[in-house]
Amino acid sequence: MSSLGELRTMAIDARKKRGGIRVKEKTPDNLAGHLFLLPWFIGILGFTIIPMIASLYFSFTDYRLLKSPLTDPPKWIGLANYQAMFANPAFWNSFRVTAQFVVISVPLQLAFALAIAIVLDKGMKGLTFYRSVFYLPSLMGGSVAISILWRQVFGKNGLVNSFLAIFGIDAPGWIGHPDYALWTIIILHIWTFGSPMVIFLAGLRQIPDMYYEAATVDGATKWQQFTKITIPLLTPIIFFNLVLQVIFAFQTFTQAYVVSGGTGGPNGATMFYTLYLYRVGFIDYRMGLASAMAWFLLIVIAIFTAVNFWLSKYWVHYDD
Amino acid sequence: MTTESPTSTLSATRDVRGASEIRSIRGSRKARSAKGITLSIVKHVLLLGAAITMIYPLLWLVVSSFKPNSEIFRDLSLFPKNLTVENYINGWNNLQFPFGHFLLNSSLIAVLAILGNIMTCSLAAYAFARLRFKGRNLYFAIMLMTVMLPFQVVLVPQFTIFKELGWINTILPLVVPKFLATDAFFIFLMVQFLRGLPNEIFEAAKIDGCGHLRTYLRIGIPLMIPAMATTTIFTFIWSWGDFFGPLLYLRIPDQFTVAVALKGFIDAQSSSNFGAMFAMSVVSLLPLFVIFMVGQKYLIKGFATTGIK
Repeated sequence: MSSLGELRTMAIDARKKRGGIRVKEKTPDNLAGHLFLLPWFIGILGFTIIPMIASLYFSFTDYRLLKSPLTDPPKWIGLANYQAMFANPAFWNSFRVTAQFVVISVPLQLAFALAIAIVLDKGMKGLTFYRSVFYLPSLMGGSVAISILWRQVFGKNGLVNSFLAIFGIDAPGWIGHPDYALWTIIILHIWTFGSPMVIFLAGLRQIPDMYYEAATVDGATKWQQFTKITIPLLTPIIFFNLVLQVIFAFQTFTQAYVVSGGTGGPNGATMFYTLYLYRVGFIDYRMGLASAMAWFLLIVIAIFTAVNFWLSKYWVHYDD
Repeated sequence: MTTESPTSTLSATRDVRGASEIRSIRGSRKARSAKGITLSIVKHVLLLGAAITMIYPLLWLVVSSFKPNSEIFRDLSLFPKNLTVENYINGWNNLQFPFGHFLLNSSLIAVLAILGNIMTCSLAAYAFARLRFKGRNLYFAIMLMTVMLPFQVVLVPQFTIFKELGWINTILPLVVPKFLATDAFFIFLMVQFLRGLPNEIFEAAKIDGCGHLRTYLRIGIPLMIPAMATTTIFTFIWSWGDFFGPLLYLRIPDQFTVAVALKGFIDAQSSSNFGAMFAMSVVSLLPLFVIFMVGQKYLIKGFATTGIK
């Protein structure tokens, strides 16, 4: 069960309660509860809620890093940051690159994860071995070392091209080519399918065996069992994975930074949104503009998530 | 694995055990026909092929780190003729500080982050799972939502706060938030775990006159050890691999973590000392690999029960 599933249940409960009789819940541990949560309260206020409000405010100002906002308050410039942002082709390029990355790599990664999980689930020999091998890359995939490795695997004289050379194919340097650079990062993302695979494996195990037994008694074929039992019962997990992976994929930074050497090149081909935001805020020191970019990202992610939820009505199967 | 399934009230441990029983039943039921065996062979061949493709870049990295620089890109094989540890010696001393310096920096941050997460996330989790107080559901929903919040939206003000506090070029921005239960993922993981424990244990403590703090310390913590192990492993992996935080807050070489130090190899790639770069990449991955071997059980359970990376 994911945090998203928990949120969904809470929302359903709240909706049910609204119609029914309101029962005042007993709260015998009021003091203890708040004391136990004290660190969390400070953290959520100091590092999440107040910064969120502040960054919304900064996005309407000309705040620059070198000025202290306490002694030298940034000037209110209204929508100027947003206007500058939307008028900038480099901004739209970074948005396009990131959206392309998310829309291609997330479904592919989940498809691989699901396919392998289904093959692995049938009490087979060597399950632990396969699971470990497939899982290991996802553990390391976010690290700088792997991104460095990727530069060499897909470089002009890299592993892939040395392999292709055996067949007499003279391929370009994938990392340095504007048309292919993004694809190397997409492949890196797909390579880390191990973590969603493990979640799918756990989901497959929770499907009660009696469903399959009943289906066998009724004469259902393996394929029918797969399409009528396994897939429908797995859809909530596929859905939660999809929502969260989309959210996380939008924030990809390390891979883009290291693979491009921090430049987002060649020709902006790997200028991911977060990399661009980092450069605007912490290299050009335009913190007001960076805040505006961050809020735009939040809104885009919220829209993607909302669309995902809306679409889920048509394909996600819930027990309730 | 949906919230509504009746098994979700079971503890993670029991789920896993139950699942393996189910699998063994399913396995034994399968008839051993000739067709089944052929299918099984095909499946294993395909899986092995996929597994080798997946793992090949990693093996190549390790093997290349032991090859002389001139042979790395010329020889694809995993069994080179000349082996050398020269790359490791070069790489270790290639940057402004010996690589051990960066390993220590990273370790210190990781250890403090682990301590912080274990202490404060377990406090918060205990409150959410076992105590009844005003606003609990609201706070819990907010906590769950922060898992999904893109951190960029709080990035600039957080940086401003740390800058005003004079914390730039110290490890404090990377460590202090962990002592304020900011990693909601782990709170959720521990809440899930606590919910799976039988209520009677806590009731018994109450009847024996234990207050909430004592129940948390004497019963909550010892029982939560598996969840804390998962937290420790995940915190280590994330802290060790974190690149953005150290890139932002640690700007002098003396403070660099392994991730940021490694970046130095790409910046200075005019020297094209690939061997040294590969060698230190391997060194940086080694702790992750060890954790993976030792803690796989907890890692996979952690994923399975919370469903988030």
